[in-house]
Amino acid sequence: MRLGELALAEVEQRLRHGLALATGPFVFRIRSPLPLVAENLHRLYADFPLAEGPFADFHVRVDRVAGPRRWLKPQAQFWLESVHPFQPLPADQAYALLEWGMNWCIAGHAHHYLMLHAAVLARGERALILPGDPGAGKSTLTAALMLDGWRLLSDELTLVDRHDGLIRALARPVSLKNASIGVIRAHAPAAVFGDEARDTHKGTVSHLKPSADSVARLAEPAHPAWIVFPRWRADAPARLTPRPKAAAFLHLASHAYNYSLLGELGFRLTARLMDTCQCWDFEYGHLPEALQCFRALAAR
Amino acid sequence: MNRRCGDLLTVLRTPARMADLTLAGWDRLLPQAASAGLLARLSVLADDLGLTTTLPPSVQPHLTAARTLAARQRRAVLWEARKLDDALAATGMPVLVLKGAAYVLGELPPARGRLFADIDILVPKDRLGEAEACLMLAGWHAHRHSDYDQRYYRQWMHELPPMTHIRRASHLDVHHNLLPETARLKTRPEAVIEAARPLPGYRCLRLPALEDLVLHSATHLFHEGEWQHGLRDLADLDALLRLGNQRATWWTDLLAHAAAHNLTYPLALALRYCRRLLATPVPAAVLEEVGRAGARLLWPLRDALFLRGFATAHADCALPGTRLAAFLLYVRAHYLRMPLTLLLPHLLHKATQGQEKTAT
Repeated sequence: MRLGELALAEVEQRLRHGLALATGPFVFRIRSPLPLVAENLHRLYADFPLAEGPFADFHVRVDRVAGPRRWLKPQAQFWLESVHPFQPLPADQAYALLEWGMNWCIAGHAHHYLMLHAAVLARGERALILPGDPGAGKSTLTAALMLDGWRLLSDELTLVDRHDGLIRALARPVSLKNASIGVIRAHAPAAVFGDEARDTHKGTVSHLKPSADSVARLAEPAHPAWIVFPRWRADAPARLTPRPKAAAFLHLASHAYNYSLLGELGFRLTARLMDTCQCWDFEYGHLPEALQCFRALAAR
Repeated sequence: MNRRCGDLLTVLRTPARMADLTLAGWDRLLPQAASAGLLARLSVLADDLGLTTTLPPSVQPHLTAARTLAARQRRAVLWEARKLDDALAATGMPVLVLKGAAYVLGELPPARGRLFADIDILVPKDRLGEAEACLMLAGWHAHRHSDYDQRYYRQWMHELPPMTHIRRASHLDVHHNLLPETARLKTRPEAVIEAARPLPGYRCLRLPALEDLVLHSATHLFHEGEWQHGLRDLADLDALLRLGNQRATWWTDLLAHAAAHNLTYPLALALRYCRRLLATPVPAAVLEEVGRAGARLLWPLRDALFLRGFATAHADCALPGTRLAAFLLYVRAHYLRMPLTLLLPHLLHKATQGQEKTAT
């Protein structure tokens, strides 16, 4: 059963006892009394399957913080079991908090994968890995590529399977910040967004609903084919330039969540990525031109 | 421990029972074991029994991930040990590794699948300054402690203020005794240092006698105010005791060491709860003998308190009164640590200094 087949009221009801959402390899059992969380999950995860069995990988909840503050400045807290990794945030950021918390769960625990800090999409069987420093325009590009028909695997966490070196999909909503939100809304007026969380530590944040195709093909792994380091510069012409593999390796390794934790395995998996992928630097100023560039790359 | 936590104790006692768990059972067990710091241990035990591939597919990744983390920490400990040996070898002093690091370097059973927060070493008290100077030269620094904190550690405690390596960010606790200087129980670190043996491949690092490792772990566990990893420490003790039990004279040796160090009481607690919760094969006569170290009438009260201490491993394990017990154990830890004439001003200082990071 898909989450979208439930009425909003039913989602709210289930969130009281635990709504088990299957996002690729992970089942999250989510509890929350907050309508904001229910509404956004209902909107953004509509195409995701509900997990049927008794097992969940992570038991999380987003609660109101008790105390007199709740009447003046209500706050929300994220919990994994009895651990709360973050400070409470204003209640109107509760949904963003849940998304960050879910990322934290995976990045901090899923050491059966090599986890790179990179977005990843696929065309056919081939995966495009987009590592990027904050502000490099990685999320904007990811959102635009997905809306252009690329299959989203993740906007933040590239999961490399330790057994076969393939990339596993999460297909969770794309987190967009500040000006990017307006850029994507203008680029694709039909795109579905979650409620904006304002004044977060990242500024204004809104999540973009993943394409139905991305979610439908969650179970399909992708073969790493390209590693592209994007950089947005105002009005820059879209341009791919080769990046030396040694430099690409070092960047990936130093930006991975658990490269050194995996030891020799981390090295072997990253080296294998280098062997199988073309590595490019990519500068762009305008999305349509950038998308054209990636279409050409995929057609080669 | 609450019945919802029963599976955790069952699989710690008899790892083969992991094969019988249902998926719903695993759904409860994995978070409990992770919270208690025992998931990697279970993972290694499952591997030893050849169970891993027979377990439900959704469970296996969690065990793999936990094992991966433990392997990483093991590598890190071995590397830190090498660096410590380099930093302190020139002094020629004996440097004893304690707890987790001792289990890893001594290749003792509790090392398998164990997680670490820091490395503990013990040096002779009269050479503490020399050790500290060498460690600082090699990059370990005590971080932002106030004058009050410095005095708290240096005058009253059994260790230097915790040190962190400037590049590797690893944590190091340098002890000169098993218990604080101000503690009610007085111990004799000289005897522990004397009984330690050199570790092959290292110049100054030494491994305490097995009896002393048991006594240190027991003392540490039952003098601590934080109990979340109490069950993990008890599992360490269980593994050490089972190893010792292979020696014919083990229990006599252990009791003799305990008496010599004035640590029979914490040992009595350790043996009682190891047997109670983990079915450690402690002979009844031994239990009886060490049990005399504590007033007989108080055992039900101690049980009520400590069993709740172990129950803080995970919310599922909680018994009625667990929060009160956790608070009482915290108070008890401070009471054992220093006399009231020191403790009250200390707590007052902590209260007025807000979040100042004075350890415990």
